[in-house]
Amino acid sequence: MSAAAIQATVVRKGPIARALGRFALNRVALVGLIALVVIVAAVLTYPLWWSYAPNQIDLRALNKGPSASHWFGTDGVGRDVFARLMQGGRISLLVAVTSVAISTIIGFLVGAVSSFGGRVVDGAVMRLVDLAMTLPPVIFLLVLASIAGTGILPTILVISLLSWPVLSRMVRARLLELRERDFVIAARGMGAGMGHLLLRHGLPNCIDILVVYATLQIANAILLEAGLSFLGLGIAPPEASWGNMLNAARSTVVLEQYVWQWMFPGAALVITVLAINFVGDGLRDAFDPRSEL
Amino acid sequence: MLTYISRRLATGLLMLVALSMLVFALLRLAPGDPIDAYINPNVAMSQAEMDALRARLGFDQPLPIQYLAWLRAAVTGDLGFSIQRNGVEVLPLVLERIGPTILLMAAGLAIAIMAGIAAGIVSAVRRNSATDLGLSVAAFFGISSPAFLTAILGLYLFSVVLRWAPSGGMLTPGAPFTVGDLLAHLILPACLLSIGHAALIMRYMRASLLEVLNQDYVRTARAKGVKEFWVIIKHATRNALLPVVTLIGSTIGIAVGGAIFIESVFNWPGMGLLLVNAVDTRDYPVIMGATLIIGACVILVNILTDIVYAAIDPRIQVA
Repeated sequence: MSAAAIQATVVRKGPIARALGRFALNRVALVGLIALVVIVAAVLTYPLWWSYAPNQIDLRALNKGPSASHWFGTDGVGRDVFARLMQGGRISLLVAVTSVAISTIIGFLVGAVSSFGGRVVDGAVMRLVDLAMTLPPVIFLLVLASIAGTGILPTILVISLLSWPVLSRMVRARLLELRERDFVIAARGMGAGMGHLLLRHGLPNCIDILVVYATLQIANAILLEAGLSFLGLGIAPPEASWGNMLNAARSTVVLEQYVWQWMFPGAALVITVLAINFVGDGLRDAFDPRSEL
Repeated sequence: MLTYISRRLATGLLMLVALSMLVFALLRLAPGDPIDAYINPNVAMSQAEMDALRARLGFDQPLPIQYLAWLRAAVTGDLGFSIQRNGVEVLPLVLERIGPTILLMAAGLAIAIMAGIAAGIVSAVRRNSATDLGLSVAAFFGISSPAFLTAILGLYLFSVVLRWAPSGGMLTPGAPFTVGDLLAHLILPACLLSIGHAALIMRYMRASLLEVLNQDYVRTARAKGVKEFWVIIKHATRNALLPVVTLIGSTIGIAVGGAIFIESVFNWPGMGLLLVNAVDTRDYPVIMGATLIIGACVILVNILTDIVYAAIDPRIQVA
């Protein structure tokens, strides 16, 4: 191959392809990705290969420990812990992914408005973001939850309303820098409108921030949901979620004698969050090779 | 320095006002008529009587006027009455809970700072060794495990299985007050609270010390023949601590969040438990009062860290 041809193949790889190449070399991130794929696959397909339903009651097996038929035991009303764990995973992931999608959109739009909207708008929005970032997120979570009530939709609403400020600040910084670049000025000069500038130039140039942030934020959202449900303010029983399964451990009897009822959801929570964090960190390093310590 | 401090105080005050507006607006959005809280359900009330009551309490005014009236009362210490707790005043209810929370958080923060800085130094000095790897993995787990999970696990391990610590509360009920009893109840929740923070501090300390260890003045100190121990402690660590100080200030909000979960697992009679119970029973005046006081404390701590940071780092331009 001639030098020119090598040059051409190197050039043809875009920044995203190169980032994915770097990601594939990161062993820790790959382990996280594999764990995550296994978890998601198990959670999505469990009704096909598991013989119990999450709310099916077996009155002859109350508070039974792990056995061959109930792998992870049963809870106080005879429901299978493994089935509830899988169903809880569905709910936890559903809440996390939906709320992160919503908050990513909010974060991008707020960042865009702030960077393109002029000094007054920018100042006002950024002070609001300052306020939201200084105050303890859990406090806001509790105040919002007290208004929204329990259930899947209110929980999604509460978490998505809480997670966008950091992202909007990162998007704003990137777009402020982008605004002065020649190709954006050229596009403006040719009469491009705000929508075109944001969607054709802003969005593609923010994609690395959005992907990394969304990935890490999913782990955060899972923890927020679990925390809320643990306090009894998120997903309400009989619907299962990892947080409200852990809520059972607030009773001393369950904590001391029926360990399997809270230890398995706890382990599932930590493993999932760790896997997502590994993947997120891997993506961040892949997109920004300078961040390597 | 004085202008810097007064400017920080002024922005802090503005943030507090913004916070109060936000909390007021949010809680007026809450479902239900605020008038319901003042009606005795056992007494029949006509629409005219309800309107009169509404006018007397000012609920018929536009929202900004209501806010100003509420703010005027709030600055004089009148935060209203609890709906659920037989109408006791909110302010004393909140104030008596501050002490236990500050005790718990101060203890947790002290443990976190000591453990995090020590682990960070060891990790940076022995970088890429087995110790460093072990500490980094532990830090990763510490950051990824939510406070309520470490709280349950710690409670199970140390007070159910090992029986080293009492399982909750702040004092043994009925027993006379002793400092030993308080410490016995404090040590486990404080240690569990410190885990996440210690992990964060350790990561920052490690990164910051690694950077400092490559500086010229560290090499100069070594070349002068200063003992390695003193190079690390006096020359490197002192400078590496600067970014860690800001970290401690800016993550105080996260520590407050952790404290809420720890308090509710350990039945620690602090602000967190009060707030969670108030949210549970939709006791809006208490939610509002507790949120305001917690927010004010967090803003104050942030201002203090900024001032401390400016005081210990002469490179910061305070003008």
